[in-house]
Amino acid sequence: MNLKTVKQAFYKSLPVLAGYVVLGIGFGILLRNAGYGLLWSAAMSLFIYAGSMQYVGVGLLTGGASVLTTAITTFMVNARHLFYSISMIDTYKEAGKYKPYMIFALTDETYSLLCDGTAPEGVDVNLYRTLVSFFNQCYWVTGSIIGNLIGSLLPFSTAGIEFSMTALFVASFTEQWLTTKNHVPALTGLLCTLLSLVLFGRENFLIPAMLMITLVLTILRRFEENHL
Amino acid sequence: MNAVILVATMSIVTIGIRFFPFLIFRKQTPQYISYLGRVLPPAIIGMLVIYCLKDVNLTASPFGMPELIATAFVAGIQVWKRNSLISILAGTFVYMLLIQIIF
Repeated sequence: MNLKTVKQAFYKSLPVLAGYVVLGIGFGILLRNAGYGLLWSAAMSLFIYAGSMQYVGVGLLTGGASVLTTAITTFMVNARHLFYSISMIDTYKEAGKYKPYMIFALTDETYSLLCDGTAPEGVDVNLYRTLVSFFNQCYWVTGSIIGNLIGSLLPFSTAGIEFSMTALFVASFTEQWLTTKNHVPALTGLLCTLLSLVLFGRENFLIPAMLMITLVLTILRRFEENHL
Repeated sequence: MNAVILVATMSIVTIGIRFFPFLIFRKQTPQYISYLGRVLPPAIIGMLVIYCLKDVNLTASPFGMPELIATAFVAGIQVWKRNSLISILAGTFVYMLLIQIIF
């Protein structure tokens, strides 16, 4: 394992550190208050590893949901991950033995770090991507364990620190904007989601937004081809 | 015991969603899927930006001002420095100042 790859992966993962530890703590506190201890916290962060789903999952556990309700809810909340996987098929194609873990650990944040398909020069690309994914999961698991242990005893106000996740996506968006010439996909994403939010409300807009984005991009492809 | 089954269900469904596209397009990726793979990333990041800001209330004080200012600040720093870590730390710091002290 070469040190440069580890270093570069760690550096790449740093923007996620604060956000994951804090959101993980939030999840740990919530789960503890619901009556589930340390092992539950660790198990959910290890085996589910999907931030917003774990928050929703606490409600499912305490509400005594059925297996079917749980399965459907999980599908609805996590359907966006289908998109991440589709767009990483080519990027992860040659990942070999690392591939299963890379797919398993493809969260929103990991996706936003790796989706541009680039890697620093001179690193083992697949190991690099695996380590970025792995470091991120470490932050998340650590946060959820800390949260479960200390509860709400933090000595300072962390109000607003959850904005680090928003900031991560805004920074990724800006960087992609600066590095690409064609801004149509980025604008399609923004506008379709805004439209969907207005039409369907904040509880239900994500799936219609994804369908709209796919539809618009599909139409644009036809349009592009006709002009080639 | 019931909780174990529910956690396992969440885990299996989540894993299934993440693996499904990789499994069905294992041999050769259709051109349409490759096209989506190229154009989806910027679109999805755009979607996630809106998703993060979905709970901002524009009709009551402070009218989304902290989010608006901090978001613009992150984008500005990113354009200037081209370093995500700096943009995120600075933007989060500004946001925390805004909501804890100013608004």
